[in-house]
Amino acid sequence: MTLLRGRGYASVNYPTGMNLGGDPSQALIHATTMGAFVISLSSVDLGQGLKTVVAQCAAETLGMPMANVIVDTADTDTGPHCMGTFASRGTHRVGNAVIMAAREARDVMLAVAADELEVDAGDLETDGTGFVRLKGSPETRIHIQDITLAAHFKQGKTISGRGIFLKERNYPVPETGEMDPDSCQAHACTVADVEVDDETGVVTVLGLHNTYEIGRALNPAMAAQQVEGGGWMGVSHAIFESTEPYYPASRDHGPVDFCEYLMPGPAEIPVQESVILERPASNGPFGAKGIGEMTANAPIPAIANAIFDACGVRLTTMPFTPESILRGLDALRA
Amino acid sequence: MKIVNLKVNGVGKTFIARPETTLLLALREQLGLTGAKRGCAQGACGSCTVLLDGDPVVSCLIPAMTVDGGDVATVEGLADGPVLSDVQQAFLDGFATQCGFCTPGMIMSAEALLDRNPSPTRDEVNEAISGNVCRCTGYEPIVSAILDAAERRRAGANL
Repeated sequence: MTLLRGRGYASVNYPTGMNLGGDPSQALIHATTMGAFVISLSSVDLGQGLKTVVAQCAAETLGMPMANVIVDTADTDTGPHCMGTFASRGTHRVGNAVIMAAREARDVMLAVAADELEVDAGDLETDGTGFVRLKGSPETRIHIQDITLAAHFKQGKTISGRGIFLKERNYPVPETGEMDPDSCQAHACTVADVEVDDETGVVTVLGLHNTYEIGRALNPAMAAQQVEGGGWMGVSHAIFESTEPYYPASRDHGPVDFCEYLMPGPAEIPVQESVILERPASNGPFGAKGIGEMTANAPIPAIANAIFDACGVRLTTMPFTPESILRGLDALRA
Repeated sequence: MKIVNLKVNGVGKTFIARPETTLLLALREQLGLTGAKRGCAQGACGSCTVLLDGDPVVSCLIPAMTVDGGDVATVEGLADGPVLSDVQQAFLDGFATQCGFCTPGMIMSAEALLDRNPSPTRDEVNEAISGNVCRCTGYEPIVSAILDAAERRRAGANL
């Protein structure tokens, strides 16, 4: 028995959004009389963190604390339209729409504050803690709760804003095939180190080294975790997840549920080393690109290349099972 | 049907259990404790993990009628008012959650481990949470948070 070590790498360019019949998302924002800003969306947060990043976008644009922002993703029947959270488009499309809505709301907020303070709205700024104040004269200020109460009960105004981001449909140039199907692309590279047991065919992933260029990381902790969680999924796709030999040959037996579906546990995952490079995209919300699906992409071919480097077996079908390794080794020896 | 008396997070509770009522269902729908999650409902994912008489169990597989007189601890009972438990605080500080669905089960498995073994190795932590599936984090932040909580608990005990 020999343990063969190998190293491989793979790169990925990943588009943000899709070229549908146009790829828009809308957002609405309004202030409550208690000084909170409610963002209404029909975009869904299913755990990827959309609510957090759009709240950050709104707070930054309004100049208000995160605590003053409420994200309501209640209902696709009644909310402003969104194409959906897929194609790594949520942060980019919805973030941009929220920024546009928040800018409009901010203008109204400053106009109401200007009336209350009897100054010009152009001379006002936010301090980030909940106050709107006169530039150069910070003691002339008014709190957001007083602004929203004055808007509602004295001035008869709604502090609100509408936002949309539309990536228009793009058609290819017939002669060249050239087209602009997405708004921007993120880029990444993963280097994988593996060990292959030439007697059992078992592949162990010893390490993953990830580098991601994703525009601006709006929330660095969530971006880093997306990279490593996606790395885990990549390892899982590469060497574990399969319903073979039962599917699609027959559904009469074999794994029909997740009890029998192999996934790596905490002991099967290598140490990951990850670097995020920030090169803001000109059309992204504060420069962000999408970093969703791409994180599970590069680890798989990187592991395939590392297996080839380790033992000379070139595998092109996932998962890279012990059986496929041993058959490959037999073919090399024949 | 059977009237079941349980101690839940230190407080006596009484409810009526049907034969098909699982402990998870009773906690979530009869006692209003929705921390434990219904993931696979077949004991494979660990998101429903609670402590029964100190042992971590998958509450989706336990008929509520069989645990009359038992002592159940759920994630809701860990914090002391606004003060989180050491494991909860370590998860928060170490950013050991993403979507959060597995978190209550992970935390209860970690509590059970640390109650028994105040100085676990990384391998022992891996073993303790091997019945809890996480699809977001890649596990590393969770394992590190549990080791961190163990260290905090030992430091606290030495004060």
